[in-house]
Amino acid sequence: MTEMAEDRAARQGKGLKLDVEPYLHMYQQMARIRAFEEKVNELYTGAQMPGLAHLYIGEEAIAVGVCEALAPQDYITSTHRGHGHCLAKGASVDRMLAELLGKEAGYCRGKGGSMHIADIESGNLGANAIVGGSAGIATGAAFSAKRLGDGRIAVCFFGEGALGQGLMYEVMNMASLWSLPVIYVCENNHFNEYTHFSESTAGEITARPKAFGIHTETVDGQDVRAVYETMARLVERVRSGGGPVFLLCDTYRYRGHHVGDIDRSYYRSKEEEQEWMTNRDPLKILSGWLVDQGLADQKIFDQIAAEAKEEIETGAEFAINAPYPDISEVDQHVYAE
Amino acid sequence: MSTQSDDGRELTFGAAIREALAEELRRDPTVFIIGEDVAEAGTPFKVLQGLVDEFGPERIIDSPISEAGITGIGVGAAMTGMRPVVDIMFGDFVPLTMEQMVNQAAKVHYMSGGKLRVPMVLRTTLGATRRSAAQHSQSLHALLSHIPGLKVAVPSTPYDAKGLLKTAIRDNNPVAFFEDKMMYQLKGPVPEDEYTIPFGVADIKRQGRDITIVATSSMVHVALGAAERLESAGISAEVIDPRTTSPLDRNTLIESAIKTSRAIVVDEGYERYGVTAEIASVIADGAFYYLDAPVKRMGAMDVPVPFSPALEDLTVPTVDTVAETAKSLCGRT
Repeated sequence: MTEMAEDRAARQGKGLKLDVEPYLHMYQQMARIRAFEEKVNELYTGAQMPGLAHLYIGEEAIAVGVCEALAPQDYITSTHRGHGHCLAKGASVDRMLAELLGKEAGYCRGKGGSMHIADIESGNLGANAIVGGSAGIATGAAFSAKRLGDGRIAVCFFGEGALGQGLMYEVMNMASLWSLPVIYVCENNHFNEYTHFSESTAGEITARPKAFGIHTETVDGQDVRAVYETMARLVERVRSGGGPVFLLCDTYRYRGHHVGDIDRSYYRSKEEEQEWMTNRDPLKILSGWLVDQGLADQKIFDQIAAEAKEEIETGAEFAINAPYPDISEVDQHVYAE
Repeated sequence: MSTQSDDGRELTFGAAIREALAEELRRDPTVFIIGEDVAEAGTPFKVLQGLVDEFGPERIIDSPISEAGITGIGVGAAMTGMRPVVDIMFGDFVPLTMEQMVNQAAKVHYMSGGKLRVPMVLRTTLGATRRSAAQHSQSLHALLSHIPGLKVAVPSTPYDAKGLLKTAIRDNNPVAFFEDKMMYQLKGPVPEDEYTIPFGVADIKRQGRDITIVATSSMVHVALGAAERLESAGISAEVIDPRTTSPLDRNTLIESAIKTSRAIVVDEGYERYGVTAEIASVIADGAFYYLDAPVKRMGAMDVPVPFSPALEDLTVPTVDTVAETAKSLCGRT
């Protein structure tokens, strides 16, 4: 038994009213995502990772709160900023990092990269580099689930930038008409790349899904407990045949649109960033609450962070040392057998 | 000629399509049709008429007028255990589906390292001379033939249409299936017995010695008409139908051109950067040392399809123009 587990067991043994375990697990998942993204940043800036990297730092509570409320066989579709969704749904760090480095051991044999990780074993139908591009896939997966009667539901993660895409509205219309088991999770991180969403989004965001008769809720995307509790309720509703729902999550992208987006002064202030990082941080909000409740102390969060870092370092070492795909792979998997 | 068992039964092109769909719907419960007015209306061309009576609205699904949306739902459904047939009423609406076809359907298998697949068919139409003007008359199969990961079928006869469509539905890849709307009433032999036609296998529609005419979809009938006319002029034309533009049966095309030493490629898509360009290049490359003349291309004129019959008829290859071009290539002007 690890020291952390012993600590938890000891706490539970004291007869606390709240089971701390699920919260610590959520904290751990968020810490893993953050450590993963910090490592990606390091690999990228150290010229060890090719391509593009869009970091999820600051938005961890959404992926974790949503995926904790799902069953393993449920589907998700993700975005170009998708590392957090992948990890939260159950992907392993080593194979994800191998994919990011273009290695054969990666989830897609190195053929997808950061923006296209798909892990069907964990229900992840793939990240997508077309903004809003996976809305059809998620809705189609929900269609399959309903037709096949397998009890699954589908979650479509997308940023508020995707609200500019017509496809979103075409598929939401059909999801509502046909009562499909799909949850549209809008991560409003406030920025369509380098443009504040208020400059691109007319009216109220929630009025849009409501216009299709889709049940719509809003949640603080920095509070993983709120995301989880809301999702748990929505998942039950959707799974029991209540039709699609739309969950708007308010959040913030700490870093640039991608790793190279360093100078952000033309679209937002350092003070604004600092405010979110200091007072609206999802890890701090959860740890602060747990401490206030007397359910945990700082020691355990330090320990979780250390364990996450170790897992990520081990995964990175695996990925760095893993071989690239053989050149004969280049024209394989263009067509399925 | 086609390797078909001829039991004397004839069907129209449209009925052959309907029969292929009905057979596959019966065979495989994961097959479904989604599109605009596909159920009770049976599409404006009435090709699907009656299917909803047998299979119900759960499997013959009337959708909103949302081509991108139904294609996207098709892609997602195909990735998760279904075999959708997405009905896109006019080929001119294919551009509305292009993001889903080009960036999603075509790439999912490759991008996932072979783990995910998209067994989906996008059925649509092509062909001009229906007096439908520029947005209901195009032949845009070259656009999809360009994309790795997609397969494209362009049947020319009821027999081929049925066999290729059944193959398309059973294929584990996204297939775009183009039907010339002017051929729906065309009759031809379609045996009762079950059959499929493999992709990437061209069919020699007419044997000849002096010139090869490669033609697709309804242009096969134009080529056959030209071949008859050429025969009376003492020119023996071979007519070859690739049947699928992707995969393309290069060998059959090249072998025929080597045999005849002259080739024309006829296709109803725009000539510029079109199917004719690809096929002519394949022949020029593969039969270079055997050719007595440059490979000639005949596509649709590079203009938006005009409405006026007086103008529209000028834009597509005809028996006259193909026969004249062939004579010219054979030095018989």
